[in-house]
Amino acid sequence: MIDLFKFFGKGESKSKDIAKERLKLVLIHDRANISPKYLDMIKDDVIKVISSYMEIDEEGLDIRLSRIPQEDDTYSTALIANIPIKKVKNLGPNKG
Amino acid sequence: MGEVIVITSGKGGVGKTTATANIGTALALSGKRVVLVDADIGLRNLDVVMGLENRIVYDLVDVVEKVCRLKQALIRDKRFEGLYLLPAAQTKDKTAVSPQQMQELCNQLREEFDYVLIDCPAGIEQGFKNAIAGADKAAVVTVPEVSAVRDADRIIGLLASNDIMDPRLIINRLRLDMVKRGDMMDIDDTIDILGIDLLGVVPDDERVVVSTNRGEPVVLDDDSLAGRAYKNIAKRLMGEDIPIMELNTDEGFLARLKRLFNAGKKRAL
Repeated sequence: MIDLFKFFGKGESKSKDIAKERLKLVLIHDRANISPKYLDMIKDDVIKVISSYMEIDEEGLDIRLSRIPQEDDTYSTALIANIPIKKVKNLGPNKG
Repeated sequence: MGEVIVITSGKGGVGKTTATANIGTALALSGKRVVLVDADIGLRNLDVVMGLENRIVYDLVDVVEKVCRLKQALIRDKRFEGLYLLPAAQTKDKTAVSPQQMQELCNQLREEFDYVLIDCPAGIEQGFKNAIAGADKAAVVTVPEVSAVRDADRIIGLLASNDIMDPRLIINRLRLDMVKRGDMMDIDDTIDILGIDLLGVVPDDERVVVSTNRGEPVVLDDDSLAGRAYKNIAKRLMGEDIPIMELNTDEGFLARLKRLFNAGKKRAL
């Protein structure tokens, strides 16, 4: 059945498209020269800053480089952070 | 004053040496004076690919260490007017030569030849630094696979940081059947990722292996698609405007059907 889908060019994504997407992502890191260690350093600092405002799930925190599709069909590189919040600290009424 | 072109890739085994041998031979066949320099010291190979392994007396390291004069180390290829080889040393290693010495060597060679083609070793260390030291231009060889393309990208970056701008790309061993079924990155995919200009596309061709077995460049084989592709690359280097070879990708419905059946058969076995 899978073969039939492939045969008519539908269904599973082509392996070359997977290759291309993986390469593009890995080259973002290679070109930017951002090592996993460097990302960890960013992560630690982000935790420090956010923690003074809210309690976050440090284990669940995820920071990585990603490609964001633009309207003109090009891609831009972005630093994506997913930060699960456990509790927002009550710092009293907001100032300003 | 000749041009010094380094043929490089980062990854090993993608066809740098074969490309150097064939582009050089094609240039010589067009009446140019060409020297092929094997910069892979310790892992000499250009001599066997060219079928000149029995004629080596002196090598590149001998020239640099002034054991002999440059002209004594140059092997004239008797089959092709104007084609010479400067072999690598086999018993030394990459540290036997410095980038500055390579630069001097290239400048000496460009006085005598129209084209100085340097076969770069794999990797990004000393051997690579030596090979690119005296080059004006670069051709980056890759195959349409993730590892080779990734390394090519790294090499393009390193070339730029060494002031060798705008290298041109050779996509080697392209398999049309695989491209057609979406199992191999095609020419556009590869250029899109690497973002440099194309110098040529060499289809996968078993005649390359056959001619290398014999120590004959595949450009001599008129029936070989790869041979024709290398001749086109040589023409483009000489400034001719040659379109990329029209590769027949239209295999039609019946061929797809046949392949489907074959795939089924293989599984059955």
